[in-house]
Amino acid sequence: MTSYLARRAGIVLVSLFGASVAVFAVLAVLPGSPAQVILGTQATPQAVRQLSAQIGTNKPLWDQYLHWVHGLLIGQLGQSYISHQPIGPQIAQALTVTGPLILLALAVGTLVALPLGLGGALHNGKLTGALLGGLSQVGIAVPSFVGGIVLIIIFGVKLRLLPSSGFPGWSEPGQALRSLVLPAATLGLVEGAILSRYVRASVLDQLRSDYLRTARSKGLSRARALWRHGLRNAMVPLVTVLGLELAALIVGAIVVENVFSLPGVGQLLLNAVGNRDLLVVQDIVMLLAAVVLVINLVVDLSYRLLDPRVRD
Amino acid sequence: MTAAPVEIAGACQRDRAGIRRWARNPSAAAGGALVGLIVAVALVSLVWTPYPPLAVDPSHSLAGPSWSHPLGTDQYGRDVLSRLMAGSRVSLYAGVVSVLVATVAGVPAGLLAAQWGGVPAQVVLRLSDVLYAFPALLAAIVLSAALGSSTTTAMLAIGIAFVPVLVRVTRSNALVVLGSDYVLAARAYGRRPLAILRRHVLPNIATTLIAQMSLLFSLAILAEAGLDYLGLGTTPPTASWGDMIQTAQNYLSQDPLLSVWPGTAIFLAVLGFSLLGEGTAELRNARLGRSA
Amino acid sequence: MTLLSVRDLCVSTAGGLRLVDGVSFEVQKGERVGLIGESGSGKSLTALAIVGLLGEGLRATGQVLFENEDLLAVSERRRCQLRGNALSMVFQEPMTALNPTMRVGKQVGEALRVHRGLSRRAAARAAVELLARVELPHPERCAVMYPHELSGGQRQRAMMAIAISCDPLLVVADEPTTALDVTVQRRVLELLDRLVAEEGCALLLITHDLAVVSEMCDRVVTMYGGRVVEVGPVERMVSSPAHPYTEALLATSLAVSIDAPSDGALPTIAGNVPAAGQFPSGCAFRDRCPRRAPACEETPLLAGDATHKVACWRPITEPVGSPAR
Repeated sequence: MTSYLARRAGIVLVSLFGASVAVFAVLAVLPGSPAQVILGTQATPQAVRQLSAQIGTNKPLWDQYLHWVHGLLIGQLGQSYISHQPIGPQIAQALTVTGPLILLALAVGTLVALPLGLGGALHNGKLTGALLGGLSQVGIAVPSFVGGIVLIIIFGVKLRLLPSSGFPGWSEPGQALRSLVLPAATLGLVEGAILSRYVRASVLDQLRSDYLRTARSKGLSRARALWRHGLRNAMVPLVTVLGLELAALIVGAIVVENVFSLPGVGQLLLNAVGNRDLLVVQDIVMLLAAVVLVINLVVDLSYRLLDPRVRD
Repeated sequence: MTAAPVEIAGACQRDRAGIRRWARNPSAAAGGALVGLIVAVALVSLVWTPYPPLAVDPSHSLAGPSWSHPLGTDQYGRDVLSRLMAGSRVSLYAGVVSVLVATVAGVPAGLLAAQWGGVPAQVVLRLSDVLYAFPALLAAIVLSAALGSSTTTAMLAIGIAFVPVLVRVTRSNALVVLGSDYVLAARAYGRRPLAILRRHVLPNIATTLIAQMSLLFSLAILAEAGLDYLGLGTTPPTASWGDMIQTAQNYLSQDPLLSVWPGTAIFLAVLGFSLLGEGTAELRNARLGRSA
Repeated sequence: MTLLSVRDLCVSTAGGLRLVDGVSFEVQKGERVGLIGESGSGKSLTALAIVGLLGEGLRATGQVLFENEDLLAVSERRRCQLRGNALSMVFQEPMTALNPTMRVGKQVGEALRVHRGLSRRAAARAAVELLARVELPHPERCAVMYPHELSGGQRQRAMMAIAISCDPLLVVADEPTTALDVTVQRRVLELLDRLVAEEGCALLLITHDLAVVSEMCDRVVTMYGGRVVEVGPVERMVSSPAHPYTEALLATSLAVSIDAPSDGALPTIAGNVPAAGQFPSGCAFRDRCPRRAPACEETPLLAGDATHKVACWRPITEPVGSPAR
């Protein structure tokens, strides 16, 4: 088990390394130096050279790369080229919005996926099952930003129940939560629809399994047999999917934060892209990639823990 | 050497999924109809739209549906229907580019990994694992930051992000075919690996690959629309559905319908391709008696 | 009283395909009945229909009277009360029939918890006793193992422990040894024999092996093409079968071979079992029968006396009241 853990962790590290090189390389290929971009086309060559030295972009690429990675590892994420603000605290601040958003969305998604998937499986082959399946198909095809806007139209504009944009900060927890409701619902409903298909497939697998038949032959009703025997076995593929969906949520949050003008990590990233604030982009992208990879690793490990057959 | 024996009966069961059987599957039929509609609209828009999509008419801005403008106008007085039609081209183009990139890179890699195994396969698989972890949207954002916003860069990024999926699907399906008896027989009477790939593996995995490509197509449309919405894809004033929604969001209280039309268009396009992909996969599974 | 009376049982698919076509037979208290036939004859489906565990899309009609209660007509709740209790089942594939993520002891004690209301601890103790009864070495250790840690034969013993845990009146065993190594089959069958004798329960043994049936059962029901073709006491069926199919099965069962042909060739039954729903009209065995006659275009009915019935126009031996013309 520990050797497996070591191997998988090794792969994660290699992936992170590869990602960092890729991100750095792509952004370094930009025409014109960052200093040039910041100062604009009117800048004198001297000003450009001065700024380059100041922000460290006049050094050879591999030097810059190592400097950057080193900073990432020790938690010093540097300063934005443009605003000169330290990046680390900015990201931390943004996480106070993005973090709760994702957790809420995960909760909504699970609450949607479980009944939708379970119902679809139990009524498979009947009209109810087909309808539930259709519902999840529809949920998948709706883009998150469209869903968000529709929710804004209904709850924000027409009914005026919930705020349609902005985030007041955690000093007012009630208001803060209210402003997260629609975004979390947007993210969660779509992810829930996607997840529900896996739930359905997994539950169907259980219902068709031989050991469920054996359980029923002992006198357990279909529901009880599913609960006592099917659940544990259904968990295994579901945990994997949950992990993957978490990664999708993190990325989906980027779009949703834009829809609702939430000052989270996504908006930070997009603003940085718009301003050509490269270091911020690099740092955030690496952070997100690292989170996704670690989640996948954790999911992989828990999969092995849940299935005793794989444990040995 | 004796003459090459006749191909063993049952080898290379070419997919004769007749149109009729395909049409009977509800998902495939519905998906096919939607896809056909969108392709038709895109083709028509190349030669004709009710109004030029870029024609501005400030005196008629934010008008609701009427006889002259069935879907109304936007904030610049541009006809929504015309822009919607033109936008379909962008979405289809996005799907084509990304799926093409993914297929051209992913399918041969998957075949290579399946056929030859060993070190090359490991390299391919590890690379694809690394790529897989990197979310498509993130890659597109990075590329946009580096190369500037355009549909093509966005689609390249998404296409590259799709490569691991196709590598995996190709490889696992190819392995199944390569392990079958008729391929073993083909090897036994001297068929070379490339010929086996071409004559046995590809035709048998073709349908599954097409189903997967259709699903990826739907995801590409979704991703592209999202990127346009964020301002990282197609640049205005070119009509694209995502961009139309982005601007429409500013007028939600005055004209909510403005965002609904392009939203519905995206929804139908994504639904169409995804149903098509699912229906094709269902047909394939049914034909094999669920053994794939 | 007749313990189990199956009357005109039919199992059809959603599309109307008849996989089991009008099967009738009886099992008395304490009696051992063997249900025999090749794969595709519908015998497993008959067993599943009796217990009420048919798969998706299959429907059963007719009557299955268990202690005078029609199992096809009562509520699912009543069936749940009987299953694992008065009526239990042993399945063919012990590896897939046991939950791979649950310890063996917990699975063995489950029926007791459901029907006798035992606590977890009491059920665990009872499970160990049951595992000892089925001759598993170190039963306490087996109880905490997972199914994949046991051998095939051991898993099947555990399945039998489950089946007898609540002192059933009838055990339905669906090819209990087919999936096991030949060397293990005998021991497992001996165990089944002993358990059934100890419990004093009835046994419906489904198998394709006439040799097994001849040793363990009192009466035999032969099935072909979803229908019953012969029913009778085992001595009669084995010594002088009436239906050509039973005779053919006999000939192919090596342990019971009466006259091995001199050229040493193994006897076979010509042809193959047709796919479900594609049986010929009239007598289903018509195309493979060495005694085929024009009369066989019509479906023969099961007829005979109280102990022995056959469905054939030209039976080999003629039981009283056979439909032969």
